[in-house]
Amino acid sequence: MIQFEDVHKAFGHNRVLRGCTLDVRDGETLTIIGGSGTGKSVTLKLMLGLLKPDHGRIIVDGEDITQMSEEELSEVQKKFSYVFQGGALFDSMTVGENVAFGLQQMGKEAPEKISEIVREKLSVVGLQGIEMLKPSELSGGMRKRVAIARSIAMSPKYLFYDEPTTGLDPIMSDVINDLIVDLHQKLQQTGVVITHDMRSAYKISSRIAMLYEGKIVKIDTPEAIKNSDDPLVHQFVTGSAQGPIQMKVRAYD
Amino acid sequence: MADLDLIGPRLEQRLLNILGGTLVSIAEAIGRLVILTRQTLYWVKSAERRSVFEQIVAVGVESIPVTTLTALFTGMVLALQTGFSFRKVFNEPIYVGTVVGLSLTKELGPVLTAVVISGRVGAAIAAELGTMKVTEQIDALYTLGTNPVKYLSVPRFIACLFSIPILTMMAIFTGIMGGLLIAVYRLGIPMTIYMNEIKQIGWKECTHGITKSFFFAAIIVIVSCYKGFTCEGGAEGVGKSTTSAVVLSMVLILVMDYFLSAVLVSFGIG
Repeated sequence: MIQFEDVHKAFGHNRVLRGCTLDVRDGETLTIIGGSGTGKSVTLKLMLGLLKPDHGRIIVDGEDITQMSEEELSEVQKKFSYVFQGGALFDSMTVGENVAFGLQQMGKEAPEKISEIVREKLSVVGLQGIEMLKPSELSGGMRKRVAIARSIAMSPKYLFYDEPTTGLDPIMSDVINDLIVDLHQKLQQTGVVITHDMRSAYKISSRIAMLYEGKIVKIDTPEAIKNSDDPLVHQFVTGSAQGPIQMKVRAYD
Repeated sequence: MADLDLIGPRLEQRLLNILGGTLVSIAEAIGRLVILTRQTLYWVKSAERRSVFEQIVAVGVESIPVTTLTALFTGMVLALQTGFSFRKVFNEPIYVGTVVGLSLTKELGPVLTAVVISGRVGAAIAAELGTMKVTEQIDALYTLGTNPVKYLSVPRFIACLFSIPILTMMAIFTGIMGGLLIAVYRLGIPMTIYMNEIKQIGWKECTHGITKSFFFAAIIVIVSCYKGFTCEGGAEGVGKSTTSAVVLSMVLILVMDYFLSAVLVSFGIG
């Protein structure tokens, strides 16, 4: 279980999180929705320990990761895996080396076993036989699937997805959605997804949380979110420009 | 008058803001450099041999042509200038071997090698790590249970500390040989006289030069890694980080050169 308790995070004068409180329950897929720049990625990076909050506690399985040393934190980070928005594949390595990387670094598996796991995980995401290709030779959808294969190869307890369908065509987006649902059913991992693609959010989530002005303003099941009469939630899920959420177009002097 | 009263505090405030902001940035950068150095030294014991070997090839072996060529022509021009200048003053080109040998061993060998390496290797390190930073590959390392300092900084640190002193020794040797060519074939100095002067260079002079090259190696790798790890802002950011890594390394090398020389000389080394 991951708990956010009154978490604040600012970058200079920009106060991104202003008292964010949130629970991620074991075994669920929680999707965090919110407009661009509301702090969704920051929330995920705080969960991972890649950023430190200015105030508040982040508790992972009963341990406060904000108070940990780097060595202690790297032990907790072994429970996590993160699918980055752009894939973040290592471009100096082949696809096979990318998927094998985490396992090799952990040093727990024999090289033959690692090759077997790489083949298996690539076939899980529907990309068998591309081990020798370089990331630059892959399409956007393939990169995302390789990134997912690299993440699940580590057998993490928590799997984080940063906008998994952004930049993909609607069909490939649905393929990725199906893959996330399928993986969740097969592997029973806890998933945290950030997205503003509502179609994706309804399909993959156990619960949906809405982030607005640095706080979680609503957290509920996809059905309840869909039918919510909360003006903030309603405006966001229907994608209307009219309502309490005013997207500011910044004027630069 | 009323306008001046308003301008006064604003100007002071602005000046204090600029000064304070700059000082805070400098203090923060120094702190981060110290932390990166400490973490790099901490992980040295668990460096991967394969990565270190790959970096030795990239830093050391692939830099041999450029460093030796630079040193060769430096030795040649040094001999030429010394020979003609001394011929004007003393009517004959004396002390060419001594000037070339001492200059290259104590100063030009280590400094020129470090400057060339900071341009070739420092820029490559900053650009590679900077690109990894802006494409989230550094964050990906964390999420795959790998410390980026251990994986990226440590092999480069060991490779630079191993390769740069060797490159310096090669540069000194090549420079002296370049000086010999000019001394013998252009200035007409007998080879035995030139070589006898070179033989006067003792272990203290060599230790002076090589000790400095270790420090220069550490400056290049730590500054370049720091600039790469702290890179922000896409392609433009990578360009800026690369430029500032090279400029900062070169400036620090030249500044450190003076202080190291002063300390080494005060200890009777060189």
